Amino acid sequence: MAEIPLVEMKGISKSFGAVKALERVDLELYHQEVLGLVGDNAAGKSTLMKILSGVYAPDEGEILIEGERVEFASPANSRSLGVEMIFQDLAIVPNLSIAGNIFLGREPVKNFLGIKILDKRKMIEESRQAVGRLDVDIHSTKLTSGGLSGGQQQAVAVGRAVFFNPRVIIMDEPTAALSVKGIKKVLELVRELKERGISIILISHRLPNIFAVTDRIVILRIGRRVGERMTKDATPEQIIDLMVGMD
Amino acid sequence: MTPDRPKRTGKYVIDGLRKFGQFREAPSLVALLGIVLISSLISPYFFTGTNIKNILTQVSIIAVLAEGEALVILTGGIDLSLGSVLALVSVLIGGCMKWMNLPTYLAVLIGLGSGTLCGLTSGLLVTRVKIPSFIATLAMMAIARGLALIYAKGIPISMFPPEFRIIARYLGPVSVLTLIMIGMCVIGQLMLSWTRTGQYIRATGGHEEATRYLGVNVDKVKLFAFAFSGFCAAVGGIMLTARMDSAYPNVGQGYELDAIGSAVLGGVSFTGGVGSVGGAFMGALVITILGNLLNLLRVSGFYQYVFKGIILAVAALSLSRGVRYAK
Repeated sequence: MAEIPLVEMKGISKSFGAVKALERVDLELYHQEVLGLVGDNAAGKSTLMKILSGVYAPDEGEILIEGERVEFASPANSRSLGVEMIFQDLAIVPNLSIAGNIFLGREPVKNFLGIKILDKRKMIEESRQAVGRLDVDIHSTKLTSGGLSGGQQQAVAVGRAVFFNPRVIIMDEPTAALSVKGIKKVLELVRELKERGISIILISHRLPNIFAVTDRIVILRIGRRVGERMTKDATPEQIIDLMVGMD
Repeated sequence: MTPDRPKRTGKYVIDGLRKFGQFREAPSLVALLGIVLISSLISPYFFTGTNIKNILTQVSIIAVLAEGEALVILTGGIDLSLGSVLALVSVLIGGCMKWMNLPTYLAVLIGLGSGTLCGLTSGLLVTRVKIPSFIATLAMMAIARGLALIYAKGIPISMFPPEFRIIARYLGPVSVLTLIMIGMCVIGQLMLSWTRTGQYIRATGGHEEATRYLGVNVDKVKLFAFAFSGFCAAVGGIMLTARMDSAYPNVGQGYELDAIGSAVLGGVSFTGGVGSVGGAFMGALVITILGNLLNLLRVSGFYQYVFKGIILAVAALSLSRGVRYAK
């Protein structure tokens, strides 16, 4: 009997005005799997993932999580079902503190005379643990995020995704803006998260990174799914051929 | 590392100043203290009890409007309709009390409700119809002014019942108007810094898309800010009507500019996300004291506009801490 996928996207279509971004795309993600999602520019990778994270609603198609049909009216819905996304621009709000960014959308509150007020101490302490695990040099999570370096901002974005014990983490081009050392760290993180039982979808232009950590690769081209390979059986040349349509 | 530091006490003073300088509201506070100092040097009447009482009463309405404006600007928008909404609320409660003989509390509730409704409408235009807030509230500015003129038929309404006039009374040294202002500002500031709503208001102004991606209902946040701004305009309208004991549809013209000016003087960033209600209150005080000083010096009202404009431009200059690019 086949395993029920953790996430199953069936026949997803999405248009922006006259532009068809996705056409009947299927995607499945299994438990504790690292899936590489590759494709040339405008292949629809980010759009597909923004549908899975609840940012966009699909025009057609359905999403199943552990075999149950779900509908996301907002990213809040997908996040509450354990789907986190690390966005390409990291989605850091520069004027909020690091703690504020990590808890954005799910701030802990306490009751004060019948009014729910922010539990700032909890936010600061728990966010310190969240970034502390990532071995980056951040003195205080009270600081505003605007002044952080690119690597530190990424640590905040990762800390935010990991903190709430997700089942799925989507990473959109996590290595695009990083140094060689930074890339190595991200790849180590992907392996570590997998060890912890989290499934990961990795979008990247860098095929060496994809080959270094993924179990399976799905290839998109101009809004369609054009292929799937097990990483251990594939070669970069095959993948590139599928990406650009030389098959 | 600087090689020689003369005195440690000096270092602490400088560190302290540096820390103070990092507060967004620091320039506003300096400006406020500066203008108080200058005023007291120039005019012997400035520090008299009556004058202080006057200032605190005068600032009340502007500070309440500035609070609403600050929240909208914090989300990255702007509200140009405050003065008109204030006028509409003013004639509405006037008409309710004088023409329809409704009880005072009901008139006040109707006023608060209609002001909030105006703000809500602007908010819906911005979030649902996707009109930029500048245009949406410009439309609301015209509509509310027009409705005020239509409803009042251009005539002032005056002589309100004594229980309504309580709002403009003095309780010992402070007026009820001042107390309303303090209450509104304290509530606004607490909401901004201690609630999720406040956090989302600042997040929306800081990076709207990111805030949306993380599951915050940004449209609801904006709707709230505009509705609250309309509510503030309504409170201002009620305060002004009580103070003048009359309501006429042309009142409050240019008040939105004072409110925007107060917010900017108080360190509220025009790009959104940064600033506070407390800052906007300080900005309102600076504008009011400036007007008061010019009045004490018998400067004509015409010149006062020019002065206010210059102060505002200078304030905006001192608050811009952007990157300096090569030409």
